Amino acid sequence: MLSIRDLHARIGERKILKGLNLEVGAGEVHAIMGPNGSGKSTLASVLAGREGCEVTAGRVEYLGQDLLAMEPEERARAGVFLAFQYPVEIPGVNNAYLLKAALNAVRKPRGLPELDAFEFLALVREKMKLMQMDESFLNRGVNEGFSGGEKKRNEILQMALLEPKLAVLDETDSGLDIDALRVVAAGVTSLRAPDRAIVLVTHYQRLLDYIEPDFVHVLSDGQILKSGDRTLALELEKRGYDWVRQEAKVA
Amino acid sequence: MSTTPTDLDALVAQKYRHGFVTDIESDTLPPGLDEDVIRLVSGKKREPAFMLDWRLKSYRHWLTMREPDWAHLRIAPIDYQAISYYSAPKKKDGPKSLEEVDPKLLATYEKLGVPLHERARLAGVAVDAVFDSVSVATTFKDRLAKAGVIFCPFSDAVRDHPELIERYLGSVVPHTDNYFAALNSAVFTDGSFVFVPKGVRCPMELSTYFRINAANTGQFERTLIVAEEGSHVSYLEGCTAPMRDENQLHAAVVELVALADAQIKYSTVQNWYPGDENGVGGIYNFVTKRGECRGANSRISWTQVETGSAITWKYPSCILTGENSVGEFYSVALANHYQQADTGTKMIHIGRNTRSTIVSKGISAGRGQNTYRGLVKILPSAEGARNYTQCDSLLMGDRCGAHTFPYMEIKNPTAVVEHEATTSKIADDQLFYCRSRGISEEDAVNMIVNGFCKAVFKELPMEFAVEAQNLLAVSLEGAVG
Repeated sequence: MLSIRDLHARIGERKILKGLNLEVGAGEVHAIMGPNGSGKSTLASVLAGREGCEVTAGRVEYLGQDLLAMEPEERARAGVFLAFQYPVEIPGVNNAYLLKAALNAVRKPRGLPELDAFEFLALVREKMKLMQMDESFLNRGVNEGFSGGEKKRNEILQMALLEPKLAVLDETDSGLDIDALRVVAAGVTSLRAPDRAIVLVTHYQRLLDYIEPDFVHVLSDGQILKSGDRTLALELEKRGYDWVRQEAKVA
Repeated sequence: MSTTPTDLDALVAQKYRHGFVTDIESDTLPPGLDEDVIRLVSGKKREPAFMLDWRLKSYRHWLTMREPDWAHLRIAPIDYQAISYYSAPKKKDGPKSLEEVDPKLLATYEKLGVPLHERARLAGVAVDAVFDSVSVATTFKDRLAKAGVIFCPFSDAVRDHPELIERYLGSVVPHTDNYFAALNSAVFTDGSFVFVPKGVRCPMELSTYFRINAANTGQFERTLIVAEEGSHVSYLEGCTAPMRDENQLHAAVVELVALADAQIKYSTVQNWYPGDENGVGGIYNFVTKRGECRGANSRISWTQVETGSAITWKYPSCILTGENSVGEFYSVALANHYQQADTGTKMIHIGRNTRSTIVSKGISAGRGQNTYRGLVKILPSAEGARNYTQCDSLLMGDRCGAHTFPYMEIKNPTAVVEHEATTSKIADDQLFYCRSRGISEEDAVNMIVNGFCKAVFKELPMEFAVEAQNLLAVSLEGAVG
């Protein structure tokens, strides 16, 4: 589904990704772990098409298409979803309004009819139950005055609504207390599907207690140094990242 | 993406939709201004003597005044002798009904989306349409008359209700008030008059559409609204003009008088021609708008959406004389391309326990310069006065400007005055967030701008809130992307 080859990217003058390779198949859950500054969030940003992350070399293929040539909104409509590490506040814009506009924008290229207000409300209410969100969220400004946990829930609510084929979750666990983490993780787990791939970018192992990944990758200094199954995450938890770097150097 | 200057240029390149000229025979005075011109205008309108005297008095005072230069505006010199002070569509006599109005005029208003016919979409809105210098049709006259409400062209009011005009004209904005108000008092040609008698709730929204059509003319209209004790009225004005290379002057005066327990809600959707993307042409919109809450517990509320004009210079203000009276000012001002806006309000607290609220939203794009200028003045007599001011600026791109000049004069220690101000850029983050959800860049900008303006739009009458949103979307079309 997603094939990243020799990806180099920089922000300003700073080179961040330095030859990253990754293959993600449909139905798989991949965890990308790594120390601060290793390039995890940059990878997520490049996949979603954020301005300011300049790709200097490499290719990213998504369902046979050149992902890097697509505008952010085209990627979204083609089924790519990024759950933001820091969801953005848009004061005065009704949350429900954004959700409905987004949903109808991604339904169109799938050949689905636009949902009217009633159909939309029925659907969003069902998804909100899953995320244990109060209905009052619909009438508040987008992320306006939301707590950290509320913002992250709102991200996963959007994911549940938009039903992407490829979901990239950028540190969705950061800033969550243990209860919120459970809710968010349960939401994500319920969205696992044979035709959907999920890439979890995370700093800590604890999220993986709730969402069991098929593959774990260690990203350090812009490259994936080591890949394994979920036992690798447990080992990282115990031993930190340094030994992976040492191992890579020796190799 | 959208935030580089070149992309913004494309955004700003959107077209003005009301820029057509109606080919209609008109009776236009040659350019120039002196006492004879004023006598001629007054004579054409068959005005009573007091009106001519007032005009001449204003003109003589105007001659002693100088153009104000304190605003944050760059204004090319105006040659007042090059302007024609009267232009009217030719007709035999005043139209008695809509059927007698020149069909070309009706077609013009149709193009503008003004619902002149009583069956029109916005049934329930009474419209007075002012074309260049004269008022061409007032709808719903009969239904309003039944309620005792007078809503008519200003010229008719001068003839039919001289006692009301003589009592209230100039009582809020005296003929000596400022340079442009003095000029207006001398040469004003038409406008609307509204009188809502004691205890009457006006049965419908009242509305006036102003249109400048002829070249080299100025438009100097005068609006006077009087709400007697306990009455209510909501009034909306809309404005458009053709695209022309020269700047045209619009110097209007609006006076509102609210007696005890009366409420006046005055909404403006101003879309005068703003000039082209190089700053050529466009309307100079130099307007004096002021309301007095003369009686206790009265309320005056100004709501304005200013998207047009090359230069806007206006400060809809409230004089809060009556005890417990309330003044409100809600404003969205957009400055795109080379547009300049210097706008805000004055809240003058005189009576006890008077309250005022100011919410100003300025949007700057292209090379637009947007200035908020506001005065909150609390006199010694205004025991317990309160003011809340919120002043937000939104910048798009890096070649526009936002400026805020709040003035406060507090002469009573019991006053509570609050001022909040923010300046933000349409953040790349916000745009990217929307786009990463599949929403196009243009829709995202509109969504963010409308969110920014929400506090003001919700003050507009329902139908016009939708119109204002559309207008803003059109005015920013192509601003990014």
